[in-house]
Amino acid sequence: MREPKFLLENVSYIYEDGARALHDISLCIYPHKITAIFGPAGGGKSTLLRLLNRLNDLVPGRHLEGRVLLDGEDIYAPGVDVHALRRRVGMVFATPVPLPMSIRRNLTYGPELAGVRDRARLDELVERSLRAAALWDEVKDRLDEPASALSGGQQQRLCLARTLALEPEVILLDEPTSGLDPISTAKVEASLQELKRRYTIVIVPHSVQQAARVADHAVFMLQGELVEEGPGELLFTRPHDQRTEDYITGRFG
Amino acid sequence: MNSVPQMSRQLRQQLGFTLLGLATTIVVLPILLLVGYILVQGASAISWEFITAMPREGMRAGGIWPALVGTVLLTLGTAIFAVPVGIAVAIYLAEYAHDTSLTRLIRLAIINLAGVPSVVYGLFGLGLFVIFLRLGTSILAGSLTLAIMTLPVIISTAEEALRAVPQSFRIVSLSLGATQWQTVRRVVLPQALPGILTGVILGLERAAGETAPILFTVAAFFLPRLPRSIFDQTMALPYHLFVISTQVPGMPLRIQYGTALVLLAFVLSMNALATVIRSHFRRRRQW
Repeated sequence: MREPKFLLENVSYIYEDGARALHDISLCIYPHKITAIFGPAGGGKSTLLRLLNRLNDLVPGRHLEGRVLLDGEDIYAPGVDVHALRRRVGMVFATPVPLPMSIRRNLTYGPELAGVRDRARLDELVERSLRAAALWDEVKDRLDEPASALSGGQQQRLCLARTLALEPEVILLDEPTSGLDPISTAKVEASLQELKRRYTIVIVPHSVQQAARVADHAVFMLQGELVEEGPGELLFTRPHDQRTEDYITGRFG
Repeated sequence: MNSVPQMSRQLRQQLGFTLLGLATTIVVLPILLLVGYILVQGASAISWEFITAMPREGMRAGGIWPALVGTVLLTLGTAIFAVPVGIAVAIYLAEYAHDTSLTRLIRLAIINLAGVPSVVYGLFGLGLFVIFLRLGTSILAGSLTLAIMTLPVIISTAEEALRAVPQSFRIVSLSLGATQWQTVRRVVLPQALPGILTGVILGLERAAGETAPILFTVAAFFLPRLPRSIFDQTMALPYHLFVISTQVPGMPLRIQYGTALVLLAFVLSMNALATVIRSHFRRRRQW
């Protein structure tokens, strides 16, 4: 087996008010696979996802136990450059939020902050990431128009492209298709299958069905606990835990 | 049977709308009357000489040039001190400060400072700038006093404008590897700028029209020349208007109203500027 990209060791996460969002999670996330973290709302899926790029640093008074290792290094160790980390671990959110700029500036925003100044290099990044997100043909003639003029599905693919323009190693997707129509959803899912060749992908799918469609490795979470994990084809056909079976067969959730 | 309550409901709605419309008219009417009255009374005084000449014959003739220049200088001076400090404080409060009892106290203080009577600012300016810091009655002392009075307005409107920027923009920017300051400078500030500028101009407008804060700190009763430096006294429109309305016997009415008209025009043109800036930014928006 390859080395895991992310390794979580006994991770617990406690909010300021004492509420435990995650209990003692240990998990390996492997490169070039799509890891789907699924389960009912409030199970800690998004919290887990945001631990991986330290976006939860913004929440005051939180408390983390255990270790989160990226390529063997603790990303919560003192002295870690959190901004560089977020470029390595990109994120796509449930609601597409184009920044209030042109399509092009949305894509160059991250790379420019990372120090990429060369015009040709930026143009190349723009085209490559838009192609990878299956949006290039639709927007190539209007790159300097406001990103907000795009449709919802296009906006979400723009957000995916924007993350790709960072040239990350890992892509986190938090219910990326929850607001999209089936056709746009299919486009995003198809992109993911392409992208996993180059990236490590962690997705919180917006339904069990989507989890079953995309997951190479599936992780079922319930009330902050990791109930069961395994290869997608096994977990969705022959789950070990009764709770997993009840959830995927629609008995609750 | 059914149509009767139907009718009365419609009637009640009609009545409601009429009352609301009436209230709106009552608000607009005095403003129109005020501007109209000053226009009618003062228009005959307005001439090139009235704007650009020194006052003569104990201010009963001539123009208001030094007072107009003084007010422009004081407004600029106020802006130089109050705008950078006010925006900086607003950015700190809206973007960086955690919600502690200390920051809540600071916010409360700022809100309450906006309600302090302007004459109190005048006395404070006299004590601190004129006497203690030995700036004397000067444009510098007056500008600083007006700046302190204006700060709460600028801070609260700018903070409001910053807070109105959706949180999701900040999170997305941070997730793309931006630092907090890069996020503020590249995403949040451009979004909030029209709102901030509106607050700035509203604050400066108030400063331009105030009499009490400049009374003890800068304003000259009669000084028929332009100020020579920022340590010089100057005449200013609001105080000049007060002087010629109450302190000078035998003052021609049209000069009083003419002065009021110029002051009003100055303030209203700042207002217009705010509107132009806002609509300009709205058109330039790239989303």
